Amino acid sequence: MSQVPHLKIEDLRVTIENKEILKGLNLEIKGGEVHAIMGPNGTGKSTLSSAIMGHPKYEVTGGSITLDGEDVLEMAVDERARKGLFLAMQYPSEISGVTNADFLRSAINARMEEGKEISLMKFIREMDKKMKVLEMDEAFMHRYLNEGFSGGEKKRNEILQMSMLNPRIAIMDEIDSGLDIDALKIVAEGVNNMLSPELGVLVITHYQRLLNYIKPNFVHVMMQGRIVKSGGPELAEKLEAEGYDWIKKELGIVDETVNAEV
Amino acid sequence: MSIEMKLQFDREAIIQFSKQSAEPEWMLNLRLEGYDHYQQLPLPKLDKTKIDKWNMDGFVPFRTQPSVTAIQDLPEEVQKVLATEDKVEKAVLVQKDASVIYTSLPESLKSQGVVFTSLQAALATHGELIQKYFMQLDSKIDSHKISALHAAAWSGGVFLYIPKNVEVKVPVQAVFYASGNESGLIPHILIVTEANSSVDYIDNYMSEKDQFMIQNGIVEIHVGEGSRVNFTSVRTLNDQATDYIFRHASVEKDGRMEWLLAEMNDGNTVTQNTTHLEGNGSSAESKLITIGSGAQKTDVVSKMTHTGKNSDSQMLVKGVVKDEASAILNGITFIEKGATKANGEQAEKLLMLSPKARGDANPILLIDEDDVKAGHAASAGQINPMQIFYMMSRGIPKEEAQRLIIFGFLAQVVDAIPNKEIKKVLEAAIERKVY
Repeated sequence: MSQVPHLKIEDLRVTIENKEILKGLNLEIKGGEVHAIMGPNGTGKSTLSSAIMGHPKYEVTGGSITLDGEDVLEMAVDERARKGLFLAMQYPSEISGVTNADFLRSAINARMEEGKEISLMKFIREMDKKMKVLEMDEAFMHRYLNEGFSGGEKKRNEILQMSMLNPRIAIMDEIDSGLDIDALKIVAEGVNNMLSPELGVLVITHYQRLLNYIKPNFVHVMMQGRIVKSGGPELAEKLEAEGYDWIKKELGIVDETVNAEV
Repeated sequence: MSIEMKLQFDREAIIQFSKQSAEPEWMLNLRLEGYDHYQQLPLPKLDKTKIDKWNMDGFVPFRTQPSVTAIQDLPEEVQKVLATEDKVEKAVLVQKDASVIYTSLPESLKSQGVVFTSLQAALATHGELIQKYFMQLDSKIDSHKISALHAAAWSGGVFLYIPKNVEVKVPVQAVFYASGNESGLIPHILIVTEANSSVDYIDNYMSEKDQFMIQNGIVEIHVGEGSRVNFTSVRTLNDQATDYIFRHASVEKDGRMEWLLAEMNDGNTVTQNTTHLEGNGSSAESKLITIGSGAQKTDVVSKMTHTGKNSDSQMLVKGVVKDEASAILNGITFIEKGATKANGEQAEKLLMLSPKARGDANPILLIDEDDVKAGHAASAGQINPMQIFYMMSRGIPKEEAQRLIIFGFLAQVVDAIPNKEIKKVLEAAIERKVY
């Protein structure tokens, strides 16, 4: 797996409950790159992240997703994860009775060959170290997965999982929502520590704020279920300063949401 | 070669067994009275489970077994749960079929006046105490057909007595084992703790594979003032077994009763557990888990009755059902008039793993006093697919994700089991039943 990761999405069409949300989306992410997808609410951003991971409610009706040339859409969700896809979720599930540590160990061991599972000592050392970076209390190790966590704690826990699982392509869906500025800095630092040519990152957000701390190389704007504009970091700054109206005007879009007829 | 004659279960058999066990006259009379009731009384009324077709009395009565002198002479499965890694000397009692075949009690406990022996043996030494308490709580000699049969046919059993101010620090462990076909395991367990004492009791029920058996047990616990009893039970009777277990406790002032119950049988099971918070400031916690598999039927009643002021009860019942199994989970919190400032909380949760599995979670609050707090929660449903998706998105295969969720669902009891070996037995039972 020393090869540079390469996620390629072509003409992706996705429906939920027979309603088309993504209407032909193209995107390529390679190792070492940080991409940001911005856009107002209701333009299909979260659908994209869910579809890449294989959320059961979303149906892919057209197009393709490949990771290093392999067909992601053919893979079950767990297989996608083991191939290196990671999704930091906006609303992670709460699971009673399963400790954070047990959960993460199962996830790590699922990647190992039988008989080569991570030792408990090594796992705890590792987890301890990564929790310190994210300024998480040790108690989180033994708390039930996301149960009773505050919004900010859940987000940190997502990044903790990401740092423990060493993904090749990491997608962060609204990881900044519900975080105060201090927590945002900590989470961003956690992500920045992981950046390397072995990791491609996709950050989904509708605030430019996060991008002050996680610097993207590429910025994309989504409207009506497609990427309508791409550029460098300057595009995010322009959006922050001027909003989305100028793009709509430029492209002749009246209603940017996926509900709009094209 | 020995040929076992199937004994006719009648007055003669009862008289013979009682005489041969040198029981006091009152016990023989009680057995005979029980026998009469057994012939006349109807089965207990269960809200949603029909038990009239269950085999209740198709066992060989009074199948006695010879005693053994060393743990090594016990069946292997029994030895397994009695193993300890850290050489703690513990109190042990083993019943096989109708007989208690092994007991041991550390000298340190003996010298403090702790008694841990078969109830039948204790009739000779503590007859008066036993007579005062025997079948005096909810399961009376004339409550219904099953309790009457118990009165007539019980044998072996446990008498655990903890004197005033004695805190038992070592584990007190009993194992009930049914061997051969048509075994009747009918122990009566009586636990009496005097003021300011404490004890942790744990037991297992097991039966030989593919052998038909019936368990009809009653547990009666009298928790003395300011004393604490923790009662843990793990049952793994086979799919040919029918299990009727009635557990009751009465708690005096500032006493505390803790139940930790894992009903992991493979056969039909009726389990009723009642705690009477009699004394002011008394408290109880009851946690029960059960898994229904195959065509198994399980009926659970968990009940707390408050009469003491400032009494507190916490109740949790969790069931998992798969295949064509059904489980009825009933929780009843009853606060009587005068039990001011009482607090009773209960929750019943049911997880259904297959479309043909059936179940019901019924919380009931009966409150006759205004100045109280009480709460209940109930749910029945399948594993949330979002939880599965979340776990799979981290690379965990679907079956493993389900396994983690189910173990998580049952964790409140599994994690609380104080004994490592028994925890392993329970985990293996869960694994076996769910997969």
